[in-house]
Amino acid sequence: MSLHFQHPASITDVSASWPTLEELARTLTLQSGFNPTVVTLGTSLLGVAAGIVGVFAVLRKRALMCDALSHATLPGICIAFLIAGMMGWQGRSLAVLLAGAAASAVVGILAVHAIRGATRLTEDAAIGIVLSVFFGAGIVFLSLIQGLESGNQGGLKSFIYGQTAAMHASDAYFMGGLALVAALLAALFLKELALVCFNDTFARVSGWPVTLIDLLTMGLIVLVTVAGLQAVGLILVIALLIIPPAAARLWTDNLKVMLAASAFIGAASGYLGSCASYLLPRLPAGAVIVLVAGVIFLVSLLFAPRRGVIAGTLRRASLNLRVARDHAVRALFERGSSTVSDLAAFGVGRRVWVAPILWNLARRGYISRSQGRWSLTERGRSDAARLERNHQLWSAYLMRHADVAASHVDWSVDAVEHVLSPQMIAELERTLASSTSSRAHE
Amino acid sequence: MTPIVHQFLSIDLAPILTAVFASIACGVLGNFLVLRRLSLMGDAISHSVLPGLVIAFLITGTRSPPAMFIGAAAAGVLTVAVVELIRRFGRLESGAAMGVTFSIFFALGVLLLEQAAARQVDLDPDCVLHGMLETIFWFPPGDWSSFWSLHTLTITPRQVMVTGSMALIAILFVTIFFKELRLATFDPALATALGMNASVIHYALMILVAASVVAAFEAVGSILVIAMLICPAATARLLTDRLRTQVILSAVISITTAILGYVLGAFAPIWVGYDASLSATGMMTVVAGALFTGVVIFSPTQGLVVKQVRRIRLSSSIAREDALGLLYRFEEHGRGRTTYAELHETLGRSIPARLGLRAALRKGEITREGPSLALTDLGRRAAASVIRSHRLWETYLVTQVGLRPDHVHDTAMRLEHVATDTVRHALAENEPDTRTDPQGKAIPGDQSSGASGRT
Repeated sequence: MSLHFQHPASITDVSASWPTLEELARTLTLQSGFNPTVVTLGTSLLGVAAGIVGVFAVLRKRALMCDALSHATLPGICIAFLIAGMMGWQGRSLAVLLAGAAASAVVGILAVHAIRGATRLTEDAAIGIVLSVFFGAGIVFLSLIQGLESGNQGGLKSFIYGQTAAMHASDAYFMGGLALVAALLAALFLKELALVCFNDTFARVSGWPVTLIDLLTMGLIVLVTVAGLQAVGLILVIALLIIPPAAARLWTDNLKVMLAASAFIGAASGYLGSCASYLLPRLPAGAVIVLVAGVIFLVSLLFAPRRGVIAGTLRRASLNLRVARDHAVRALFERGSSTVSDLAAFGVGRRVWVAPILWNLARRGYISRSQGRWSLTERGRSDAARLERNHQLWSAYLMRHADVAASHVDWSVDAVEHVLSPQMIAELERTLASSTSSRAHE
Repeated sequence: MTPIVHQFLSIDLAPILTAVFASIACGVLGNFLVLRRLSLMGDAISHSVLPGLVIAFLITGTRSPPAMFIGAAAAGVLTVAVVELIRRFGRLESGAAMGVTFSIFFALGVLLLEQAAARQVDLDPDCVLHGMLETIFWFPPGDWSSFWSLHTLTITPRQVMVTGSMALIAILFVTIFFKELRLATFDPALATALGMNASVIHYALMILVAASVVAAFEAVGSILVIAMLICPAATARLLTDRLRTQVILSAVISITTAILGYVLGAFAPIWVGYDASLSATGMMTVVAGALFTGVVIFSPTQGLVVKQVRRIRLSSSIAREDALGLLYRFEEHGRGRTTYAELHETLGRSIPARLGLRAALRKGEITREGPSLALTDLGRRAAASVIRSHRLWETYLVTQVGLRPDHVHDTAMRLEHVATDTVRHALAENEPDTRTDPQGKAIPGDQSSGASGRT
């Protein structure tokens, strides 16, 4: 009996020939021929433009507007194709199709605004309606074109998923040019765009034409979208606009740094994505570019110094540790010397947690151990005194100023006394002192 | 059974039923997405199911529906969770979080598809986008006597059964948990305070949305799914203020959309002499958009037309009151009659102004002899009421608000139109002297007991 059965195809079963190191180096240094070089440069430039423009889209909370807009390009592309065919122009001419895309994207934006203005629906519903209806209309046109001349609309479908491989140098120049214009415009109007992003009410009352600046933002998004259609396709173009700024936002709070970081991430995604797509078979460039950006986002989300998940977790853990230490010190202060199980029973925490906390305190010289019992050192006692004072300050504050009943104060104080900073303590002491003196006057 | 009926049953009925069921499932659930401002979650989920499908396929090696369903549903639920995680940890607004999530998922799906395609696998991303409605066939028995049997049901296409049961589940879910859904949608804090778990309801809704997206999109494609999650609910929202009515209306709109879209896609091209059919699902979204646009314009309570009519009616009624007031003031200065030209000079020549003047004539408040106009007794009482409001407001603005007497006329000119009898009484009661206004002009007496009765 032969054990011959068909293996189901598995993900790891990729029988591609890996590129040699030399090929890799040649592609990465842009020396593997004219066409790939131009395409790589074009997508990198697109990444820069999308990274810059996307910052304003994300900060202005227009992320999904980009999605509606890019889906809305499809009917325009098809209509441009039909018109070009009827007029006898060269139907595939990129400029004509992209002009159609831009026109119908603008109609889509206007439709979202009209729905939001004329009805009581919220923006997300307006975006969803425009996105699906425009794209559906595009699909109808595609089926119409398919019926008119069979097989001739193959070029149109590449706008949906993107097709970098089929891109010519002239297309890449066009795309790069559009991206360059968008980036330059964004740089030119940096101050206005930033103002509207961060405080549009202030911008309005200061006399800035907020609507006009918003239109500029949308115009830039249209430019980048149209430029990106060929490279990544209309479904994924939103990724180029949103992911780099979202990743950059995790690293910095400074707008200029964020712009630079976002542009860099965009460029890196475009560059690495199109190189990988060129080197390996069956890697559609659009998807790879987005996935490279996605990996950068994931790394940022995990490792960003202040806003990253790891940094945040560590911060929370260190706060928890501090709170637990404070509890242990106060418990020892109240009970005198105690064993680990005494402290656990007293409510400091579970046994498994109490022991390491005590060791941590001992290492800091707050407590010492003799014959299995822990007690406060001189230093520990002074810390306990500090904690006791914090506790009393907060109790007094909550009772006098927050109208919390005396019987409820203890619980609230336990939660907040650990986060008191020296400035806040001083502030509390001042308010309590002044309120006591003013009460004395009454 | 005539051949044409049999042809309809075998070619058209199954796609129509599938589309109708898918639309009902999405349309009914969509109400709660639209009201919770989560419209685009459906969009995100339907893009994200792609990698789930491909991975399920690559693992099992078959296109068997249960495997695909599990893969897609897992991807859908994962999307909801990842969006929430990114929103919380990445501190992005939910729109951006959705955009980041679904675009990465979709890119992964496209990449995996390309890998699968290398093994001569027939998985077309187009199906994911616009479905394969046209390929659902049904071969029922050719005559009615054997048609009505259990056998006919057992050979019903799978897509009809899947979307049909999903529609049933969605309707049952919304019916049974209507109270909870309503409360959690409009006031999650109150729902929590009453002991409901708002986040359980949220996730139950999301899981159902994911399930109907998955059940529907194989047949109708994700674009129709997105349209159906949003458009019918949004359309119904503009027609009523009651949630129950809205849900029922959205179901009706979903059914209409599906049937009309199919008919337009499959038959309309032939009617105009075009020898091919158009994408039925694409056509359905276009119909959904058209219905929505129609309601935006013609909704009886909130449509643009109604709003415009209301606006014109209000301004013409204001113009009528202004005309009466003007004639009254002329009478005070001893001029009983005036001309059209003079009135239009003050009121303007806009359409509302003309309509207002015509209304006053029709109601018999003004009489006309050639070009000259005068107040009738009825008109004088109405006018006195307007002038009384005007001068009481002026008094109020001077004595209570503290404005200078020469600054109050313009404000009073606007406020006089919003004074009801109650307001006039209240204004008069607070003033020690209601015989004259701050400029010393006489305030007409209370007209509310008279026959005019206008407000």
